[in-house]
Amino acid sequence: MTQTSPSITQTSPAMTQTSDDRALHVLEFPGGYTRSTGPVIGRFLTGLRAGRLLGVRTPDGKVLVPPTEYDPRTAAALGAADDDWTEVGPAGTVTTWTWVADPRPDHRLDRPFAWALIRPDGADTALLHAVDAGSKAAMTTGMRVHPTWRAERTGSIKDIACFVPGEGPGEVPALENESELEPVSLVTIPSRLEYRLRPGNIWNHFIDGMARGQIRGTRCTTCGKVYVPPRGACPADGLPATEWVDLPDTGVLTTFAVNNVPAAGAPEVPFISGYVLLDGADIAMLALVSDVPWQDVRMGMRVKGVWVPEAERTRSVKNLRWFAPTGEPDVPFERFEEYV
Amino acid sequence: MRDIAVVAFAQSEHSFTDLGWTEADLVMPLVNRVLAATGLQRSEIGFTCSGSNDYLVGTPFSFVAALDTIGAWPPIAESHVEQDAAWALYEAWVRMQHGDIDTALVYGFGKGTVGDYGGISSLSYDPYYVAPLMPGDVGMAGLQARALKDAGFDVDPDPTPPPPTDGAAAVLLAAGDVARRLCARPAWITGIDHRIEAHSLGSRDLTGSASARQAAQHAAVGAGPVDFAELHTRFEHEEPLLRRELGLAEQAVVNASGGPRKADPIMATGLIRIGEAAARIHDGSARRVVAHAAAGPCLQHNLVCVLEAAEPAGPAEPAGPADAVRTAEAGED
Repeated sequence: MTQTSPSITQTSPAMTQTSDDRALHVLEFPGGYTRSTGPVIGRFLTGLRAGRLLGVRTPDGKVLVPPTEYDPRTAAALGAADDDWTEVGPAGTVTTWTWVADPRPDHRLDRPFAWALIRPDGADTALLHAVDAGSKAAMTTGMRVHPTWRAERTGSIKDIACFVPGEGPGEVPALENESELEPVSLVTIPSRLEYRLRPGNIWNHFIDGMARGQIRGTRCTTCGKVYVPPRGACPADGLPATEWVDLPDTGVLTTFAVNNVPAAGAPEVPFISGYVLLDGADIAMLALVSDVPWQDVRMGMRVKGVWVPEAERTRSVKNLRWFAPTGEPDVPFERFEEYV
Repeated sequence: MRDIAVVAFAQSEHSFTDLGWTEADLVMPLVNRVLAATGLQRSEIGFTCSGSNDYLVGTPFSFVAALDTIGAWPPIAESHVEQDAAWALYEAWVRMQHGDIDTALVYGFGKGTVGDYGGISSLSYDPYYVAPLMPGDVGMAGLQARALKDAGFDVDPDPTPPPPTDGAAAVLLAAGDVARRLCARPAWITGIDHRIEAHSLGSRDLTGSASARQAAQHAAVGAGPVDFAELHTRFEHEEPLLRRELGLAEQAVVNASGGPRKADPIMATGLIRIGEAAARIHDGSARRVVAHAAAGPCLQHNLVCVLEAAEPAGPAEPAGPADAVRTAEAGED
């Protein structure tokens, strides 16, 4: 029923394909990641929205900017009383800096600038921000800078557009309806990271099989268990599982769910997802089940893969559309209990 | 304290391009090597602890895939830190102090070649005040380099990052007689400690590292001569600062292995420092070595480990809660 193909350590046509198989992978929180600020950070951000720099006093009289909820030295809670707060700057002194010759696309400034720690007048600690000085030669430790403010301020560290050389103060553009705004209690921070992922030999060989309508698994050379989708190591033994096994597209539905909640990329509801234990495999794989009314789906039902037509196949797991009932008698529960 | 030693160390042939290695591909050969070196079976390991960062490859729970390599079924005693695996080693060392297990496997792995470490590192900083600005690890390091230059250190104020690296490392720890049985020259951990500094970069003195100094004192670095030191210096300006804070003599050889500037498989880089230092004991070329691991911007968090060829002296001292390891004072006795 099954046949083995060469081990991945040997050269086979599938392993020598040289196409650039690196895929773009994006890690992103759509709309941004929302965090509550708490009262201390919220008060500072509310100050930024108003175009003011606020610091918080510690019990020994130091002024921390940006404020922290607890004193780094004594761990005392800070900022509970109005008297604990004081306005600082806005001008300040650069305590250290570093030049950014090639800004990133997600930097506020699209021209070379400096990151600097800036100690606002009246504060005992320094704030990290960008200094738009025009050139590296214009930057010095000890230089005087002041903030420039964005017109659209939301209560974010980015309400400061950047710092620029000189005493200032910079203009604080008026914010519409500012007096009616609630204090800042939430921030929404967008982030996006890009990756170029290479699937690796095991996954490539699996996908090459799927391009031809062939499901491939790997067998542990120690315990003999067959894993599909394939993996390079047997999770039970911790040893290589590198012997390839061609598997049939028939099996038993070990368990399933009827999905009534629509989701992006999913079939129209109601749709059925389930675990299919392919004949000859030792682990069930997640798949869609279709061509059957949802009321008739059963654990133990024999199923067979339904593939996209040969001419339309791509190098994708989506070639296998879903599993459909074969009409064979159901498999008794005891025969697949171990895999549920 | 129980006497615990590094009895085996293995690291990958690190790569500076993505070869499509999975977590299992990276880790399994190393686990096999430390087991082969000691003759242990997977089933004989008392505790397993790993260090990695899912953001490096941008997939949740990517550390779970590496568990395929250690035979985690039936279930084993296992833990993970989302940190450099040097801290996984610390957790394993603490776990072994319970006294009921004699061996622990520690591994770490990282794929630095597939992602954007400037962005990834930024997301690990303060989410309100710093991360939105995306300063990145190089920007943060530059602030410290300039501060050191201004303070009179002979350093380049414009740091460059180490090459993005894919790689992994594994270490096997063993206690007492088991260590003596598994290894001809165990590298005994005679001091280990880690300390962290304030969260706000602008409230720290970047021309010093109080946390590195404190960790070194508690690990008793100064209690004897240091033959070799392996320091987690991703940037060149960090070496003179750490030499001073760890109290290393000028003649102490630092990063004979090439150090993180040559290969930086993030999340394994710190563990490799411990492994490389231990390997000098294993091969007989050193009697007393120091390993250091760092995390956070501008050396915010520092771990210091002293390893020695000589058996730890005397019976175990009763340890107070604030005195989990031999202190500098005790070490000088």
